[in-house]
Amino acid sequence: MKILLISEQREGNWNNVSFETLAAAQQIASQAKANVSGVVIGKGVGSLADELAGFQLEEVLLVEHDLLEKYTPDGFSIALRQVIENAKPDLIVLPHTYQVRDFASKLAASLGKGMIGDCVGHRYESGKLIFVRQMFQGRTSADVIFTGEPPWFATFQAGAYRADLAAKHASGKAQVRAISMDLKPEQIRTKPLELFREAKQAVDLTQAPMLVAVGRGIKAPENIAMAEKLARLLGAEICASRPICDEGWLPLDRQIGSSGQTVAPKLYLALGISGAIQHVVGMKGSRTIVAINKDQNAPIFEIADYGIVGDLFEIVPALAEELEKPH
Amino acid sequence: MKIGVCIKQVPAKDASLAIVEGSAWIRESDIGFETNEPDTFALEEGLRLKEKHGGEVVAISMGPERAKQTIKEALAKGADRGIHVADAEFYKLDPLASGRSLAAAIRDENFDLVLTGLQSDDQGFGQTGVLLAELLGRPHATIIMALEVLDGRMKLKRELEAGWFQWVELPLPAVLSIQSGINKVRYATLKGIMAAKKKEIKTVDRKSLGVPDSPTQRVERIYVPQKTKKTEFISGQPKEIATKLIEKLRHEARVL
Repeated sequence: MKILLISEQREGNWNNVSFETLAAAQQIASQAKANVSGVVIGKGVGSLADELAGFQLEEVLLVEHDLLEKYTPDGFSIALRQVIENAKPDLIVLPHTYQVRDFASKLAASLGKGMIGDCVGHRYESGKLIFVRQMFQGRTSADVIFTGEPPWFATFQAGAYRADLAAKHASGKAQVRAISMDLKPEQIRTKPLELFREAKQAVDLTQAPMLVAVGRGIKAPENIAMAEKLARLLGAEICASRPICDEGWLPLDRQIGSSGQTVAPKLYLALGISGAIQHVVGMKGSRTIVAINKDQNAPIFEIADYGIVGDLFEIVPALAEELEKPH
Repeated sequence: MKIGVCIKQVPAKDASLAIVEGSAWIRESDIGFETNEPDTFALEEGLRLKEKHGGEVVAISMGPERAKQTIKEALAKGADRGIHVADAEFYKLDPLASGRSLAAAIRDENFDLVLTGLQSDDQGFGQTGVLLAELLGRPHATIIMALEVLDGRMKLKRELEAGWFQWVELPLPAVLSIQSGINKVRYATLKGIMAAKKKEIKTVDRKSLGVPDSPTQRVERIYVPQKTKKTEFISGQPKEIATKLIEKLRHEARVL
């Protein structure tokens, strides 16, 4: 079996989930007796290809073109289809980033193939490769297998594999092979314009030693004050899951998760947060996690050190009262 | 503008899910269903575009008979008509077969714009919009936080990771996946609910579309995830819980 890892960079900077996905590809390869090759795509990214070649790979394919300098779904799909036709892999793995979500299933469908997206793990059992992904917002896991003919496409969620376990090349460096592309401006329908950041992040939650996080369970904006009081008493910052920021109950710069900040405080107190994967990837590295939720099956309890099944509107005031006592 | 919005019906957020043993699905009999929340933002965006530029909004939903309710809710909010792509065992489809079925069902509508939500809260494949674009031969963009119709084109604000955004432009017709939180979704009015009763819902049998039933992948089983941590549950009256938890955070976890 031949595995192709498609790495991701933007303006010459790696997206580090690429190396987590590399680790996943290497683990699958060692179990399934396969080899892994890497792809670096863009323009002026030769030095990144050299860097990737330092890892245990069969070869690194360098895919460069003026029209690949800025990402477009058309440009990347057309170029990578040519790479796949050239390298003939059985399995193509990609990091499950926003960019990959934008083009990978298009690329697969253009070859008449399917993609198992957002995998959090895999198993190799008696010759069968099983991908594990989540369903129902993390409330169930699913074992998924490919049924059609290869090539197959799979993407891996951030945090699913450890980038530091990606094996370095055993004897120096893998060969870097440039692949020439046939790509014309008229094939690219979207026009990428400027990249920008909105107002600078006012709070750097990554530096907070303690965080009190609110989720949908808080129910109404006026209830945020109760969580803020608890945060104040603890000396913690307040933060939230995406729906709370979408509602405008807390500003976007207080959002934890795949589209917000990634944190690892010594205490993370999750109030009314169910624990959807998009949130969990941003906080699962916290040293001590406390979860308060009315649903005993909420996935947040899978990663909590201390769990309280109950009504946060009763428990949070009781916690505040307890903290106000002298000790 | 002629706008198609793809909406899905999913188990209600507070539904207690029971896995049907030996299947890859949940027991549907005792639970409620609702419109997939990410899709409500796409519908709202479609309705706003129609209000600004005129035209028509068509609500499209694939699923069993119950999915019609989701179309009715969209009609009550202001969509003009509905297309129900009926399949009692819709959950068995892989993302590519879903995409091919939807594409076949809406191809002849020749929409100027097809909108989808980011992903579904049940299967969460998150591929429908991108697949539809490829299968209908249209340009696309995903994770859209703002949009503007120019002359035959659209200017879009895409959300990237880590606080970054990007403006992109593309020609119409196109397919867009809308990011959750882009707008404040409206509620249906009583007048809207009454008006919806007169609106057309066309039902298309998915199996009549001639989409090959050759799945690329199969969900073998679903199960409750294994715990990665041993959770200590604290129970009792709220006051007792508070005392115990603070005690543990101070002296056991030593984080306070």
